[in-house]
Amino acid sequence: MDIALSKQERAFAERMRTFFSTEIPAEIRDRLGRGGHTTREDIVTSQRIMNEHGLAVPHWPVEWGGQDWTPVQRHLWSEEMLLAHVPPPLAFNSAMVGPVIATFGSEDLKARFLPKTANLDIWWCQGFSEPNAGSDLASLKTTAVREGDDYIVNGQKTWTTLAQWADWIFCLVRTDPEAKKQRGISFLLIDMSTPGVTVRPIRLIDGGFEVNEVFFEDVRVPADQLVGEENSGWDYAKFLLGNERTGVAAVGQTKARVLRIKRLAAQTNSGGRPLLDDPLFRARLTKLEVELTALEMSVLRVLNTEAKIGPGKPDPVSSVLKLKGSELQQEATELLVDVLGPSGLAYRESADVPDGFAALPEGALDALPTYFNWRKASIYSGSSEVQRTIIAKAILKL
Amino acid sequence: MELDLTDEQRMLGDAVNSLLDKRYDANARLKLLESDDGWSRELWKQYAELGLLGLTFDEQYGGAGMGVGELAVVMEAFGRALVLEPFLATVVLGGQLVAAAGTPEQKAALLPGVASGETLLAFAAVEPGSRWSLTDIATTASPAGDGWELTGEKIAVVGGDSAEHLLVTARTPDDVVGLFLVSGADVARDTYRMQDGLGAADVVLSSAPAQALGSPADALDHIESVLDVATAVLCAESVGAMDRMLWLTVDYLKTRVQFGQPIAVFQALQHRASDMFVSLEQARSMALLARLALADDDVAERRRSVAAAKIQIDVSARHISQEAIQLHGGIGMTMEYPVGHYAKRTALIAKTFADTDALVEAVGADGGLIAER
Ligand SMILES: Cc1cc2nc3c(=O)[nH]c(=O)nc-3n(C[C@H](O)[C@H](O)[C@H](O)COP(=O)(O)OP(=O)(O)OC[C@H]3O[C@@H](n4cnc5c(N)ncnc54)[C@H](O)[C@@H]3O)c2cc1C
Repeated sequence: MDIALSKQERAFAERMRTFFSTEIPAEIRDRLGRGGHTTREDIVTSQRIMNEHGLAVPHWPVEWGGQDWTPVQRHLWSEEMLLAHVPPPLAFNSAMVGPVIATFGSEDLKARFLPKTANLDIWWCQGFSEPNAGSDLASLKTTAVREGDDYIVNGQKTWTTLAQWADWIFCLVRTDPEAKKQRGISFLLIDMSTPGVTVRPIRLIDGGFEVNEVFFEDVRVPADQLVGEENSGWDYAKFLLGNERTGVAAVGQTKARVLRIKRLAAQTNSGGRPLLDDPLFRARLTKLEVELTALEMSVLRVLNTEAKIGPGKPDPVSSVLKLKGSELQQEATELLVDVLGPSGLAYRESADVPDGFAALPEGALDALPTYFNWRKASIYSGSSEVQRTIIAKAILKL
Repeated sequence: MELDLTDEQRMLGDAVNSLLDKRYDANARLKLLESDDGWSRELWKQYAELGLLGLTFDEQYGGAGMGVGELAVVMEAFGRALVLEPFLATVVLGGQLVAAAGTPEQKAALLPGVASGETLLAFAAVEPGSRWSLTDIATTASPAGDGWELTGEKIAVVGGDSAEHLLVTARTPDDVVGLFLVSGADVARDTYRMQDGLGAADVVLSSAPAQALGSPADALDHIESVLDVATAVLCAESVGAMDRMLWLTVDYLKTRVQFGQPIAVFQALQHRASDMFVSLEQARSMALLARLALADDDVAERRRSVAAAKIQIDVSARHISQEAIQLHGGIGMTMEYPVGHYAKRTALIAKTFADTDALVEAVGADGGLIAER
């Protein structure tokens, strides 16, 4: 997308590229570039290196480790990171709870949590959804009842991503059962090791464990772990969800996927020629590239507006980015499945094969599981249906 | 014109469905998946007792002498229940290949065992570099004594984990692709489950002793004919799976409450379910075309119709499975819930014998379907 960038912006992108490809261990980047699993350790290592260089949380206030960057610079940082196959800073920390604490938390909370959150000394997970509160998040039922200096929390969260690795969870809890739905909700920080918190893993269709149910049974939470004001949690949640205007498009990630597809399709024989030269395959790939480029231009347009209206105000156009972005991510996963063909159908946990057997082609382990797993992209962070409703109501005024 | 099933076919379908309704609920299936074999030998015996394992074989070989239409009926029922037993591998592919290509002695030696449930077979054609081509293969067959020796590697051999005998394609010194019978004991196997839970193996043959199944010179024609049948019945299986995905979704929309009402009241979702139904009808129609085409003596026309059917099936299955998961929300993504398992099976069906692009290319190159009269 160089055409649209200024000379300075291009130089900035170049600087980021150099940083990511020299400072983050090549072992991690190469493995992830070939479709390997991201471990907890990978994410911690990479975020700590970034943090050391002031690059883990650039969108935070400068006093808490942020950078005084333009929206375009922040975008280029993220793009270059994803294109270099660097595991991004943990979104729960950097994009979600961090900005909420930085914006609405007390000075105490900021000092207590922000440095550790930036450095991933604390691993956060997001406790919003419940079994009966998905798209209708405001119907959540987990309660927090004030008792002296504590809240007593009871209830259940679900779909909690990587709760099994988390030290802390930020939760939406109901503190006023009488108030209208959205009004009685608070934003509470809970240590996962508090007695009464239990985590039950949920296995997803790709065979992996990344989401969990989290149960709270008479969990005693010090009241000073409330963020901001009691019963204002819904506003903070809306801020949190609206904060990420353009990252939701996942352009960098999809670009990285497209590049890998091209590399592997060039190596794949299809009827005596590289699959990349197969007109049917190439037509689908090219259409994806065109749509992805359109999406990237849309991202730049939103960034351009953001530079003018300032951060923190949700822009309904980001619904377009989320909707289209998840669709294109999913399409890319399908194309990779097509590249692998019959070599991608086995369920295998490791690429090791017995002596005498051909080595598995790259992608054999991850192509189909990723396709199944990525169906999530149009379900979480506001499903595609929810995004369409926002476009209809907030933009088209229908 | 007669598009309906015969009474016998309907009875067969009812018998299979009633057995599976009893034995194959989602939990029983999950348990099977976790077992060592990954399928039930006890149910396999019951299939044998119902006559399913010899459905299309001649009676002299212990079969029921039925047609491929009956096979499609069984496969649709198997698709609805997401059956894990190696029916495709042993009966549809293995059994029919032996029946089509084998000598009378070979048929007599193998088919009764298949029909009675004792013998398991698998068809090994795909190689690391062959992609979908039956002929772009590197496995070789060399004459040795009275028989042959095979050397090469086969991958994605469905049922190859448990089969006693493998039916392996290999290139002979005359440069024809023949079909050879190899004992499972004479090969090295790397066994695993496919993404849909079916057992499978990669197989390395190192001068493995083999006998030609019939005459190598005729093998390719037989294989292609059997793959037409197998593709047509896979269409039926996929339709069974799609039908379940649609109705699971419709039922879920009626019971899932968000915003104080069942989400089925949202017209946006009603329309999506309607579109799924349209896709299912398109698929059902083409599965029917494929089944009827099997009776067509014109090989080119038969093959074109079956390939066209498979294209529609895979397009519909992609649409229905993606929407089924989407309309369920998070629950549709879980192992515990059946929808994802159907999605996986139909995704693998779409990558069995050929993928959509390969079929589109073949049908298109053959002049398409709508011809000037
Ligand atoms: C892999 C994964 C990871 C997740 N991680 C987290 C996490 O870390 N923390 C967390 O709090 N949550 C997480 N979620 C939860 C996610 O946010 C919810 O799944 C999402 O909000 C949808 O809710 P639901 O699954 O209950 O679906 P439902 O809300 O029940 O929706 C079912 C279907 O109905 C549609 N629908 C609902 N309402 C309407 C309407 N009014 N109009 C039209 N269509 C509608 C939906 O779009 C969907 O297609 C995760 C989910 C997944 C799948």
